[in-house]
Amino acid sequence: MPNIGSYEEQLKSFNWSLAEKELEYCKEDLINIGWYSSDRICLKGNGSKIALYYEDFAGIEKRFTFNEIRLASNTIGTYLSNLGLKNKDRICLFMDRIPELYFSFLGILKIGAIVQPLFSAFGDESLYVRLEDAQTRAIITQRKQLPNIRKIRDRLPNLEYIIIVDHCLTKELEYKEFAFSFEETPSVEEMVIFPTRAESPSVLHYTSGTTGQPKGVQHVHYSLISQYLTSKWALDLRDDDVYWCTADPGWVTGISYGIIGPWSMGVSICVLNAGFSAQSWYKFIEKYKVTMWYSSPTAIRSLMKTSDHLVKSFNLTSLRHLASVGEPLNPEAVIWSEKIFGIPFHDTFWQTETGSIMITNFRGMKIKPGSMGKPFPGIIGIILDENTFEPVKTSGMIGLIAFKPGWPSMMRAYWNNEEKYREKFVNGWYISGDKAYTDNEGYFWFVGRDDDVINTGGHLISPFEVESALLEHQAVGESAVVAKPDEINMEVVKAFITLKPGYTPGSDLELEIMNFIRKRLSSFAMPQEIEYMDKLPKTRSGKIMRRFLHAKEWGEEIGDISTLENE
Amino acid sequence: MEKMNRQEKKDLVLNYVIKEYIEDEDQEITYDTPLISSGFVDSFSMISLLVFIENKFKIKIPPNEATSDAFDSVNKIIDLVNQFTK
Repeated sequence: MPNIGSYEEQLKSFNWSLAEKELEYCKEDLINIGWYSSDRICLKGNGSKIALYYEDFAGIEKRFTFNEIRLASNTIGTYLSNLGLKNKDRICLFMDRIPELYFSFLGILKIGAIVQPLFSAFGDESLYVRLEDAQTRAIITQRKQLPNIRKIRDRLPNLEYIIIVDHCLTKELEYKEFAFSFEETPSVEEMVIFPTRAESPSVLHYTSGTTGQPKGVQHVHYSLISQYLTSKWALDLRDDDVYWCTADPGWVTGISYGIIGPWSMGVSICVLNAGFSAQSWYKFIEKYKVTMWYSSPTAIRSLMKTSDHLVKSFNLTSLRHLASVGEPLNPEAVIWSEKIFGIPFHDTFWQTETGSIMITNFRGMKIKPGSMGKPFPGIIGIILDENTFEPVKTSGMIGLIAFKPGWPSMMRAYWNNEEKYREKFVNGWYISGDKAYTDNEGYFWFVGRDDDVINTGGHLISPFEVESALLEHQAVGESAVVAKPDEINMEVVKAFITLKPGYTPGSDLELEIMNFIRKRLSSFAMPQEIEYMDKLPKTRSGKIMRRFLHAKEWGEEIGDISTLENE
Repeated sequence: MEKMNRQEKKDLVLNYVIKEYIEDEDQEITYDTPLISSGFVDSFSMISLLVFIENKFKIKIPPNEATSDAFDSVNKIIDLVNQFTK
């Protein structure tokens, strides 16, 4: 029987207080995600239960109980406090998915500071922009990241502490650098948790938009209420599950459902710190007897490309529920997973800004392959007319996906950007930026983005950010970046560029520019293809017509070209 | 470009991988170290490695042959290069 029971019955009388009651939280009480995810689980008698099964590509295996993560988070939290870090300071986590990241996440929250998780593959410029915007005071990282951090530290006057968790004793520490070792620091048994409340800031995620720099999405400790209950009802997590969320903790999924959701329920998680390979993934599931698997459509499509014979060579019978996140899940993937694993992947829809799952396919509910599912109880989801921002009158009409504000994990701000935050709310609705329609049974069907943001393998990329970085290359005159369709990643970044005088197009220059972007921004922002043009299509007023290039890539009608500059 | 033997090709590719993709200078990379499945070269970065290989060895590798498995070590990459080198 699914945890949610009957979806229709839950809709009738739903109230978020149900989750509050299960967590034994009352309004006005103190609430701290770090405490709920470790100390409380121990107080409930599960201190010796495994919280984290960890393995890396070299085969190193580690296990940590809830009591061990409680102690480790106390230890790093105390260390950070002793350094002088405090309530509301922004502390960045910039590491691979190693155990130290998970301990530090909880430890930062326990001192009331704000965690700023950043994807460990970010280049120096991507890192700089986000640390500068948040005025980050400390960064917890690995030694391999030091070259990038050292390049930018002098431009970050607020950055006082660069804390290295795997410092090599034969190397010198430079200024602002501190070495911290969990193994060598005495455990802190008791720690005074900072008295955070519902609206106390907790996590600051960065997300990209079409224009401007990435935005800091501010969440609060009360988000736990949504993350806990959606883990229970949408992901159907149970006490005895062994849960694998493949998302990196640099992204909201890896935090909301990689740490907070499962650990607040006292569920064991497993983490594979390695690249993708179908063989190693199936081996991991078999070895740890993973029961619930939350992954991305890009990964699923990559798995689909391997032979069925490979899957059959592993015992994956432990799997009892599968869900996906990050991009729309194509129907073929749903059908394939049901055939191969005996259970379908359940698509879930939500955003960095929403903090938790908003529309989903529930276990036990009929799945329509390709559909996003239905709104989570307590979430009022609707389709708005793009022009009037009023609810559309009938099913089948395409419009903007919108939600009634006020769910527990709704973002509370864009960091230092009140104007952009207010733009997200129109006519009393939160505007997601995605488009869909509903059918006559209330299922939502994704149509596309309402803006130019590129979604590549679940990563949102701002064309503006990539275009700006391209212009920093000495050879590039002008640039335009659009999404190009891709069988595995759904979309990839494609750049159109003109060259400055003295430079000639060629594959060596293409490689040089690709690597330039990969190191400045990230590998997923790197154009997978660069096309040279004599000139970019522009309007008569000089604005680059990205949609013209986009339409060509997608084989779509180009539309109105009356404003296109004449040849 | 003068004809290279297998060892020269391996060294060329290994040095390029270390220079471009390996952040930890203490990380040992051999001709058989998994590159993609370890996460040292992620799937998005792989295209830049493919472009390097094609440019350097003046070959064109069909998309269906340029798989993450075929690129998962220096030795495997050179096997692929030799398949497409006249």
